[in-house]
Amino acid sequence: MSDATVARHAAGPAQRSGPTGRRKVSKRQRTVRVLAPLVWIGPATALIGLVVVWPVVVMIRTSMQKVSSFGEISGGAGWNNFRHLFHELAFKGVVERTIIWVIVVVTVTMLVSLALAQLFNQSFPGRRITRWALIAPWAASVLMTAIVFKWMLTPGYGLIDILKHHLGLLPNLNGSAADPLGQAKSAMPWLMFVAVFVSLPFTTYTILAGLSTIPDEVYEAARVDGAGKWHTYRSITMPLLRPALTVATLINVMNVFNSFPIIWAMTHGQPGYTTTTTTVYMYILKGSDLGESAAMSVVNFGLIIVIVGLFLRFSRWKSEVE
Amino acid sequence: MSAIATPPFALDAPPARRKRRAGEGRPAWKTIVIVTAAYLIAFVFVFPYLDMIVTALRPQSELQSTSILPHHYTFAAFSSLWKTGLGQNLKVTLLVAGGATVLVLLVALPAAYYTARHRFRGRLAFLLLVLVTQMFQPTAMLVGIYREFFSFHLLNTVWSLILVNAGFNLAFAVWILNAYISSIPRELEEAAMVEGTGRLGALFRVTLPLALPGVVTALIFTFIAAWNEFIVALTLTQTPSRMPLTVAINGFIGAYSIEWQHLFAASVVATIPVIILFALIERRVINGLTAGSIK
Repeated sequence: MSDATVARHAAGPAQRSGPTGRRKVSKRQRTVRVLAPLVWIGPATALIGLVVVWPVVVMIRTSMQKVSSFGEISGGAGWNNFRHLFHELAFKGVVERTIIWVIVVVTVTMLVSLALAQLFNQSFPGRRITRWALIAPWAASVLMTAIVFKWMLTPGYGLIDILKHHLGLLPNLNGSAADPLGQAKSAMPWLMFVAVFVSLPFTTYTILAGLSTIPDEVYEAARVDGAGKWHTYRSITMPLLRPALTVATLINVMNVFNSFPIIWAMTHGQPGYTTTTTTVYMYILKGSDLGESAAMSVVNFGLIIVIVGLFLRFSRWKSEVE
Repeated sequence: MSAIATPPFALDAPPARRKRRAGEGRPAWKTIVIVTAAYLIAFVFVFPYLDMIVTALRPQSELQSTSILPHHYTFAAFSSLWKTGLGQNLKVTLLVAGGATVLVLLVALPAAYYTARHRFRGRLAFLLLVLVTQMFQPTAMLVGIYREFFSFHLLNTVWSLILVNAGFNLAFAVWILNAYISSIPRELEEAAMVEGTGRLGALFRVTLPLALPGVVTALIFTFIAAWNEFIVALTLTQTPSRMPLTVAINGFIGAYSIEWQHLFAASVVATIPVIILFALIERRVINGLTAGSIK
């Protein structure tokens, strides 16, 4: 926006208040013009400051403090909390697992959503109803979805065990194979499945929104030129979908990285830290050492800042508000 | 920046693409494959919630049976639900979600209106702050939130939950309201002001009614998000009677004998209303979440 436009619009409201008969002395008018924005956006800024910005400051400060298990601060800790954190036996595994967790869940979500969006973008009888069904895991609390899946995975009589039993895949309903959440090698895939399940609706809807921006004429032109279906998809649909895909990927990375209720409700990060991500680890540490937990949060925060930066760069927010 | 060039209610208008008739230019078998696949997938997506309802209706004696559907159904879990103290937790959830929604409306509406109608110094900085907030989740700064409310002596109160939920959902509301108000021509408001309604009169009689779909979307979205919120409530509440439904329901799992049918009766109460509410705003949510990047 050019300076001239700014000036024109800054002058706008004052001129318009003329006809309403509220003409005031010019000095007062000037004060009003400077303070007016504060009246309108002040409360919102204050709320964000109180609930979003200040906790970040407190968190960073706490990461440099020695905090007793009763929550009392007993002086500075320097970088000790970080040093303790990095030397935890579980730390390396937790970080590696978090990276795998984010990459697998987001990649699978994006691929499945692309296919789902392609399907639900067709016109067919009952499309509206089926699209509504799709939003259920998005609207419902992630915690509730996780609890239902935990119930369906209950060893011995959960629905998934029973179905596997009926299909002959699980002969013994009391064996260890009947408790997928209790085994390190099957717990993580199930958690990932649930994480993908709750991420699909938002992602699919974002891609559907992206698809609806592509004009039919483009496809018609491709048809006239004799381009095949797959070729059209690769050279027209995919490039035009890029903004939707980028934004959906970044929002998903953020959500999946911060994902807590699924793991907490289904496994509490167990057995033996094998399903613990850095977010869950931060929560577990909170129970024993608040300073170290804050250090873990600060490490997490570094990554979050990077994702936010990328989001700001790729989302065209400025053109949206100008 | 052309409120005039943008048609009003652009967000609500049907997509500009030509409507194709169902199955046009497609062999019948393809339509059958598409419809079958779509209904199967739709079933998979609602399946966990159907199982939630079925379990809530299962009699106690059939909870551990290996039949896929119960032989009898009973509403006993729903009628005895209130005796378990969950009524109190539902009240907390309603207070938190309602309180956060009112607070968001009070704070977001003026900000969205002013940033849509005026260009002033700090406007872009404010909108940037809002957008950054939208990307953040309370999980990321949980320790800070906990310590802050600890020092305010606000742990275990409804107020702390209202404030946090309002703060983190404010961004979505500001963003979507800003887009709606920007799409309403300034001239409509000016005409009303010429007729002598004054600035606030024009805002309440012209702008707000026209931006109503945006207001409703922001309200429902905030309500659902606060209703579903878990980790902040888990961290900030300690007494069972002060916990919202999500934390109380999660508490059921830790108990020695899980009363699954009560758990699921409560889950049905906590889940089904929000799914229906969400269906009302579904079409308008994406724009708010992606900051209008996809259009």
